[in-house]
Amino acid sequence: MARTLPGRGEEIPPLVKPAVDKLALLRYAGASGDDNLIHTDDATARSVGLEGVIAHGMLSMGYLGQLLTDLAGAGSVRGLAVRFASMVRPGDALTCRGLVRAVSREDGGALVLLSVWAENQAGERVTHGEAEVFWADEGGRDG
Amino acid sequence: MLVDPALKGRALPPERFAVERGAVRRFALAIGDRDPRHLRGDVAPPTFPTTMRGGTAALGVDAARVLHAGEEYRYRRALLAGDELVLTRRVADVFERRGRAGAMTFVVVTAEARDAAGELVFESRTTIICR
Repeated sequence: MARTLPGRGEEIPPLVKPAVDKLALLRYAGASGDDNLIHTDDATARSVGLEGVIAHGMLSMGYLGQLLTDLAGAGSVRGLAVRFASMVRPGDALTCRGLVRAVSREDGGALVLLSVWAENQAGERVTHGEAEVFWADEGGRDG
Repeated sequence: MLVDPALKGRALPPERFAVERGAVRRFALAIGDRDPRHLRGDVAPPTFPTTMRGGTAALGVDAARVLHAGEEYRYRRALLAGDELVLTRRVADVFERRGRAGAMTFVVVTAEARDAAGELVFESRTTIICR
C-alpha cells in the first residue's frame, strides 16, 4: 500500500455510508448488545416523545472508527472522543470526514491528531469529535 | 434528580469480558466495516468496547428515557480476539441541567479495562442524559 501520511490541514478520504435503515439498527442492536427499544421499536420511541426510532449514537461513532481504520489500519486508533449532537433517523445517509490537526513523530511512525465528524444528507454534523491514530512507517504496517 | 447524586464517585463491581472472535465479526458486519482483520475477528474495531455492557443498570433509570450524549475511548493497544478483560466502572459525575424540555440529569461513567496480565488496555468515558 503506497499511502502517504496526511499532512496538517489536509482532509482525509471521506467514508460514505449507505442510508441507515431499520434492518441496520436491528443488526447493530444485536451485535452491540444495546437493546434499548428506542432504536428498534417505533411505539416505544413515540412513548418517550420521539417521532419514531432513532439510530444508536454508537453506530455513527462506529462509522467514524471505520473512517480511521480505513485510513491507518486495524489497531491504529489511539483515541476517539465524540459528542452526539443530533439524532439520526432511518433514511438518513451519513458521510464521515476527518481533518488533520497535527502530526508528530513517534518511534516507528507518526501520531496524527484529527477532527472527525459524521454529517447527514443536509450537511449537519450529527456526531463530531477528535481522534488520534498511529500511522506506522512503511513496512511497519500490516493488514 | 432522576439519578441519585449520592452515586457520584461510586465504583461499580468489576466485570469480566472475553473478546470473542464471533462477536468481533458480527460487530464489524453490523457497522459495514470492510477491514479484513476486523471481518476475520482478529482485531476488534475501535468502538467494540461498547459491547461490554453494564453499568447503567446500577443507575436505576428507564432505558427508554436515556440518551447518549458523548463517548470517549483511549486505547493503549489494539483489542484482540482472545483477550480476557476486567472492566472497572465508576460513576464519575451526576449533575442536572435545564434545557428546553425541562430538567435533564447528566451522568458520566468512566471505565478502565485491564488484560489478564493486569495491563491497561483501554479507558472510556460515557456521558448519558436521563430525561
